[in-house]
Amino acid sequence: MSLTPEVVRHVAKLAHIAMDADEEKATRDKLEGIFALIEAMQAVDTTGVEPMSHPQDIAQRLRPDVVSEPDRRDAYQSVAPQTADGLYLVPRVIE
Amino acid sequence: MIDSSLTELAAALAGRQISSVELTRQALARIAAQKDLNAFITVDEAGALKAAQSADERLARSEGGPLVGIPLAHKDVFCTEGLATTCGSRMLANFVSPYDAQVVSLLRAAGAVCVGKTNMDEFAMGSSNENSYFGPVKNPWDPGRIPGGSSGGSAVAVAAGMVPIATGTDTGGSIRQPASLCGVTGIKPTYGVVSRYGMVAYASSLDQGGAFARSAQDCALLLSAMAGFDPRDSTSLDRAAEDYSRDLDQPLTGLRIGLPKEFFAEGLATDVRAALDGALAEYRRLGATLIEVSLPNARLAIPAYYVIAPAEASSNLSRFDGVRYGHRAAEYGDLQDMYRRSRAEGFGAEVKRRILIGTYVLSHGYYDAYYIQAQKLRRLIAQDFAAALNECDVIAGPVSPTTAWRIGEKSDDPVQMYLSDIYTIAVNLAGLPGLSLPAGAGADGLPVGLQLIGNYFAEARLLNVAHQFQLATDWHRRRPPVV
Repeated sequence: MSLTPEVVRHVAKLAHIAMDADEEKATRDKLEGIFALIEAMQAVDTTGVEPMSHPQDIAQRLRPDVVSEPDRRDAYQSVAPQTADGLYLVPRVIE
Repeated sequence: MIDSSLTELAAALAGRQISSVELTRQALARIAAQKDLNAFITVDEAGALKAAQSADERLARSEGGPLVGIPLAHKDVFCTEGLATTCGSRMLANFVSPYDAQVVSLLRAAGAVCVGKTNMDEFAMGSSNENSYFGPVKNPWDPGRIPGGSSGGSAVAVAAGMVPIATGTDTGGSIRQPASLCGVTGIKPTYGVVSRYGMVAYASSLDQGGAFARSAQDCALLLSAMAGFDPRDSTSLDRAAEDYSRDLDQPLTGLRIGLPKEFFAEGLATDVRAALDGALAEYRRLGATLIEVSLPNARLAIPAYYVIAPAEASSNLSRFDGVRYGHRAAEYGDLQDMYRRSRAEGFGAEVKRRILIGTYVLSHGYYDAYYIQAQKLRRLIAQDFAAALNECDVIAGPVSPTTAWRIGEKSDDPVQMYLSDIYTIAVNLAGLPGLSLPAGAGADGLPVGLQLIGNYFAEARLLNVAHQFQLATDWHRRRPPVV
């Protein structure tokens, strides 16, 4: 497969990763090699095979919808880049 | 003293021949003396000595099990309250977790003394430990060579005698491969046996915590203390606690060892092959029968893994947005720009590559062709193992196609790096337990590990098979020249 510069740019945008032109080119070269490796799996006929997401095929457990954790907002916000009055601060989104 | 086995250390501590504080000081001295190996990202001298004092008080009251007062290192992927947890990334370089991982809590409660956090490939993505923001880890057998990854720091800390035991995680071979390349014993249990709570997520359906030690006997003690059901991990298996030491003394008479023909074929270095043949001959002397088995879909493990793991990583790592924790760029425009710059600065090249692969294969129009196809191959691979394990009790094979390679040799070629995990990745896809034990030396005298793969929940059996080999051989007792 051929990864066009537009595809790499689009995927980087979806992944929220800024990239300059040099990095984009270097990344594209590496990704092409990796996708060549991945493409080997397309040749396998998997008709009728059930996809496997957990080795024991168990379903996610549910728990009663009750409060189980104490309020530790201060501890959790102490590692945030920017907070004020118990809120996380980000650049203004709505003018 | 620090070079003794856990059983010997526990006896010496209980008999007051040595205190935990003295033992911890020995560990800290070794860590300081071998700083050049770069095995640790954080050393917690004050915290370790305080924990050692409490352990000595417990020992004075004859309380607790075999880990009380034993120095231990955690891979820096496990969250530790009040102590930096970096995951080998600039993104988390200043992150101090507000809570402990379940593994950390369990081992603290068991009385083990955490001396620090070990170096690793960034977000556990790598096979050489060259992808760490904190610099590469060096192999104590030859500092010009890689220790393996991603749990390279933990493997080196044990191999170089800094600590007798260390934790690790294994998503595609990250415990077994560094254990093999550094000459220590490492076990990855069945998926779901060790809690992932507080373990920074890479590929959630594959990530599994496990143990490093200098012997299978010591691994069994460590694993027994870190395993168990945890309701806070949604994929944790609700099973009764196990004593993984229970079968260590069983003789191997009649044991059927399956050798996958695909694992002893082209691509396996001749010196590694010769070392493994020597180890298998020893197993025959111990009463085992060797039979050929087949894993026809094993060749698909790498392609399937490099779809599933990056897909899950791209989702897991979306949480690093510079808002709640982690790196935030110093300069940015709007909110989108802040995300993009923070992530561009915070992640290294390999992590970005895997996020991009994952984003691509999960994007509109590609999901079925890549992610679902890879999950179907995953089932075919698991079915191969099930068929093979019908014919034998354990599977044996190589861990790594070669001994440790030179630092820089593959760092610019991700595909070559990925191919080095050819014998370990299928085990994660199937969710089976796997172990690496020192089994010989390559042409250059570097360690070669033998991989043992068992059926689901066969950890005690794998440890038994490794322990019986270690009773009859001394590969696991060899020490690198730096010690």
